[in-house]
Amino acid sequence: MNNSLRVWFRKGDPWVWLNAGALSISIVMVLGILFLVAARGLSHFWPHAVVEGIYTQEDGSQINIIGEVTDEEWVPVSRLRESGVQIDTDEPVVKRILVKTGNRDVTGLDFRWLIAERLQQRSTPDDIIVIERREWGNFYGRLLSVKEAGQVVAQGAEAKAAFEESLRRALDLHADIRYIERGAIGSVNYEMERLRLREKSLEREGQLDANMQREIAEERAGLDAEYQALYQELRQLHEQVARDTIIAVAMNGVEKEIKLADVVQFHFPNELSLLQKIAFYVHQFWLFLSSDPREANTEGGVFPAIFGTVLMVLLMSIIVTPFGVIAALYLREYAKQNATTRVIRIAVNNLAGVPSIVYGVFGLGFFVYFLGGNIDDLFYPEAAPAPVFGTPGLLWASITLAILTLPVVIVATEEGLARIPKSVREGSLALGATKFETIWKVVLPMSSPAMMTGLILAIARAAGEVAPLMLVGVVKLAPTLPLDGNFPFLHLERKFMHLGFHIYDVGFQSPNVEAARPLVYATSFLLVAVIVVLNLTAITIRNRLREKYRALEN
Amino acid sequence: MATSSEVLFGVSEKILARNRRRRRLKDQIAARTISLGGISVIGAVSLIFFYLLYEVMPLFVPASIEQRAVLNQFSLSGALHVEVEEQSRVGLAIDGQRGPLFFDARTGAALAEPAPLTFAAPITAFAKDAPSTRAFALGFADGSVQLFKHDYHVALEGKDKIVTPRLKAASDEPIPVLPGKAIRQLAFRESDDGIKLIVLDDDGRLYLKEFEKVTSFLSDEVELSELDTRELPTPSGNVNQILLSLDQRWLFLVEDQHKIETYDMRKPAAKMRLSLLDAVAQDVNITRVEFLLGGFSLLVGDDQGHISQWFMARDEKGNDYLAQVRTLTLEPGVAITTIQAEHRRKGFIAGDAQGNIGIYNTTAEREVMTESIGSAPVEWIAMTPRADMVAFKLRDAVPVSYSVHNEHPEVSLSSLWKEVWYERYQEPDYVWQSSSANNDNEPKFSLMPLTFGTLKAAFYAMLVAVPLAICGAIFAAYFMAPGLRTYVKPTIELMEALPTVILGFLAGLWLAPLMEANLAGVTAILVLTPTLILLTAIGWSRLPLNIRLLVPTGWVPVLLVPVVVFSGAVSMSLSEPLELWLFNGDMRHWLTHDMGIDFDQRNSMVVGLAMGFAVIPTIFSIAEDAIFAVPKSLTQGSLALGATPWQTLVRVVLPTASPGIFSALMMGLGRAVGETMIVLMATGNTPIMDMNIFEGLRTLSANIAVEMPEAEVGSSHFRILFLSGLVLFIFTFIVNTTAESVRQRLRAKYGSL
Repeated sequence: MNNSLRVWFRKGDPWVWLNAGALSISIVMVLGILFLVAARGLSHFWPHAVVEGIYTQEDGSQINIIGEVTDEEWVPVSRLRESGVQIDTDEPVVKRILVKTGNRDVTGLDFRWLIAERLQQRSTPDDIIVIERREWGNFYGRLLSVKEAGQVVAQGAEAKAAFEESLRRALDLHADIRYIERGAIGSVNYEMERLRLREKSLEREGQLDANMQREIAEERAGLDAEYQALYQELRQLHEQVARDTIIAVAMNGVEKEIKLADVVQFHFPNELSLLQKIAFYVHQFWLFLSSDPREANTEGGVFPAIFGTVLMVLLMSIIVTPFGVIAALYLREYAKQNATTRVIRIAVNNLAGVPSIVYGVFGLGFFVYFLGGNIDDLFYPEAAPAPVFGTPGLLWASITLAILTLPVVIVATEEGLARIPKSVREGSLALGATKFETIWKVVLPMSSPAMMTGLILAIARAAGEVAPLMLVGVVKLAPTLPLDGNFPFLHLERKFMHLGFHIYDVGFQSPNVEAARPLVYATSFLLVAVIVVLNLTAITIRNRLREKYRALEN
Repeated sequence: MATSSEVLFGVSEKILARNRRRRRLKDQIAARTISLGGISVIGAVSLIFFYLLYEVMPLFVPASIEQRAVLNQFSLSGALHVEVEEQSRVGLAIDGQRGPLFFDARTGAALAEPAPLTFAAPITAFAKDAPSTRAFALGFADGSVQLFKHDYHVALEGKDKIVTPRLKAASDEPIPVLPGKAIRQLAFRESDDGIKLIVLDDDGRLYLKEFEKVTSFLSDEVELSELDTRELPTPSGNVNQILLSLDQRWLFLVEDQHKIETYDMRKPAAKMRLSLLDAVAQDVNITRVEFLLGGFSLLVGDDQGHISQWFMARDEKGNDYLAQVRTLTLEPGVAITTIQAEHRRKGFIAGDAQGNIGIYNTTAEREVMTESIGSAPVEWIAMTPRADMVAFKLRDAVPVSYSVHNEHPEVSLSSLWKEVWYERYQEPDYVWQSSSANNDNEPKFSLMPLTFGTLKAAFYAMLVAVPLAICGAIFAAYFMAPGLRTYVKPTIELMEALPTVILGFLAGLWLAPLMEANLAGVTAILVLTPTLILLTAIGWSRLPLNIRLLVPTGWVPVLLVPVVVFSGAVSMSLSEPLELWLFNGDMRHWLTHDMGIDFDQRNSMVVGLAMGFAVIPTIFSIAEDAIFAVPKSLTQGSLALGATPWQTLVRVVLPTASPGIFSALMMGLGRAVGETMIVLMATGNTPIMDMNIFEGLRTLSANIAVEMPEAEVGSSHFRILFLSGLVLFIFTFIVNTTAESVRQRLRAKYGSL
């Protein structure tokens, strides 16, 4: 027995097993992280049951609790006692639950840690309503009545239907208000600003004569009138939307009047059937993808961040592809293969390993302050001292990331070019095609999957990169999208939002981390999903390509 | 007659020739464009390096001065103190006989407005407060003192600025302090509470006169209420100069041109005397003592050309003492005649008896520039608050003004990389503290804590990543079944693509609290997992052969996945009982209270795990390639000779692949050093130098991310952040190049095999 164990050791089997173990650990870690992000990110949208119960507080008084149980943990009693909690138990550890009680406006805090065993008489009543509001977070409680212009129009059982109806009206009005605020008034303001800049630039050039002044004044008056009209319309809409309110009672018995203008949606989580829950889930997920963030990014959706990420990545691809391909063509097809090209190749390879923050520093110094500053001096003197391109923005972020991903594209394209058998090239040349024709008509089409791979990898890297973007153009909340209906439609100088930065900002800079956490997981899931899909695509293309050329070579 | 081409292709030779020419032209144009494009892309990439260098260079360029004007209409000969206002238009000279006089700083001509003052008694002493207050005091032969403030009104007239000086006296008449006795030496400080005057009379006795500021109830106006004059302990020697620190605590007396006596003004008169020490070597005399900006450090100039910095520090026993911090030398053996401290930086200009001047910075311990501007002794130096213009007066010559270009005096190799003794620190230390509340506190730009943090984070990350990645790579390349390998490799490479912001977020918000709560469990994982794997292996080897054959060696990792998950789950559930059993229920509490180890929630262990995770795929993928590429003939030869697979691996494969594994490690190190988001989110970003695994750190890259948006463009801070970017760039470039060339050489070697 002992002997065989010794032999077993001498043969080195334990080490093989340990090596296998290392690999298993790595795989468990990757899959575990993906699973963690997916589970936490996706469960956020599920309508969780809302629990009601009686909680016995420190001083023996009892309060009513309504809320979602979002987390639980076991804590040593000693630690609780140390932090000043009076607890009378012989157990070394107790279970604590984190309950989201919402109603920040009523009770001041929307999350509270409760000792599980003190929450008695738990139940999940069907009549509990969860109202998602534009301010103060969710409301948990019971619906009492619906009011129209101060008059109660529905009570008790009818209230739910009436609420639904009034809410539909309020949401329509809200959409109108938003359209005017964001769209129409935004355009007028944009035109006003352009007019101001035109006036200033004419003044600078000394061409602001009486004629021009009159013209500008007329235009301004026109815009003013337009603005006033919109403003009136907006006021009327605001008045209309303020008509309806509901009365609901919170867990501590306080009756709260909630304006319908502040309500996003409501649901009765405990009475939903499974199908309804799934429908609700899909709806919530769609809202998350398509709506704007609210309450310092801790609620609502991530649409501007998705939009900003996609637009930035698109611009980056447009910039990086031609340059990357040209550089690869030069290195592989035109440059003489000698020590210099070898050094260049090593250097290009290494650039992929240069920390991304260094690109950020370079982008900030060179593009933003140097190039941007000079562009402002040359083309936008009228805007001074406010910078136009001399401040971080979409264009600079795209270019910086294009440089950062350039090595990826060059390396992938070069690899693709190298894999094309010599015979193919020689065949083309033998038929009388020039070198360029060979490259254009034969080599490039054949290597296009390799270029795609490079581009996809570049996109995946760019989409996940945050550190350089923090320096060259990403903000936590951009008032306008970089693409809108105002000429010139694509505003390259604007700052934008980004999924990766959104995660950093909401997770680490937000005032209410607890409330924001599920949203961060959801955003992370979105980002991970996009990147995993991109990478898997790239890997598949690459593998298929290898097979193809292997067939060609034989 | 039809040409051959018409016969063959139905087109004339002419058209074909044109076609050929066009095609050749197109080909040439393409070749040029692509070459140009390719070269310029590669050029653009090297631009990064040169641009970073371009931004960093000004830090190390010495200062320069350039003559601006000769003030030939300047007529005073005995000025006690001269300075020039912000716009370099108007100067103020305090004349020994005639008191404060304003002059045109471009010509030296005296200004008519405001009119020169007249005094009842001759001026016998002069003292100035901190430069930013623009306040000074004159002491008279009749024992009175008068306080003044000068300020300047700047008006824009077209493109020119008109500067109008004003002089305001605190009282209409001089305040009698020592009636009947002449004031020989004087020091004064004004604070929010009042004014302190220290005066020395003819008999060498020292007095303190205080005024309290009282806000009048009716008008909110501040009035001075006079307190009694108190006599202080009599100085031990003949007093040459009196200096009172800005916080009004320390009184320094320069005595017998050799000694400095220190009084602690917070103590009662009898216990006030703190120390009397020789500030210079034997046979050397002190010539001039001035305060550095902040009124805390003394600059002591002697007749041998040295200027030494002294300030109050505390020794190990908690006793205050006057410490000599550093010494700078202008021209050895030539007496320092005048010292002028800068108004907004910890720098000064000194002049000596042979017409040499030197510009210095104390924090950087740096001689920024020296120059000889004549051969006569420098009588006085006048400076603008911005220190962009200086005027020098040599004996028997008219003053000359110079423009000064001195952008970044506070940066030197020693201030970046060596221990610096900062003001109010008890000993030299490495400190990064880029911003301070006001100019009086020097910025502390030591890159050491950041470099240390970077290496510490990289070290812990490598500690996690290296064993996992290398062992995993060995198995994947050498033992694993090919069918499994096609799935496992992409999975691990997928790790590399995971955005680091997500890893950082998970590390900071999920892992850090989890580890804090389950410290014992996490420790248990480290022990339990390898043990369980080995136990499984032993158990497996005991199983009957037909079961063992079901899972060949190449599929063992699949078998071990549940083992690893199980070990993690068991460790986590063991965490509570373990902590209760060993650490009174709370390991964290036990660490901080019983072991005295500081514990931060976001600590190096979290960073190590998270960044290790990020580094694993880099190392894995390169090492795996290197091991997999070892020619099969080698391994087959070894196996044929009877070696077990493991022996073949250790004796044949690994030695052959070791350069590749080395290059994988280098690449991993490069990535760990430059990683930003993970360390930014998973540590507290405190720039401390401590190897403790339970404390946080700040890395160069995270520091850039945190401070860059707030740094003023073009400032020293901004350029130092660029410098840290450059350091990262160069470091990773060297590491990666080494790795890459090792790899290329290895590839050539395999090729030859």
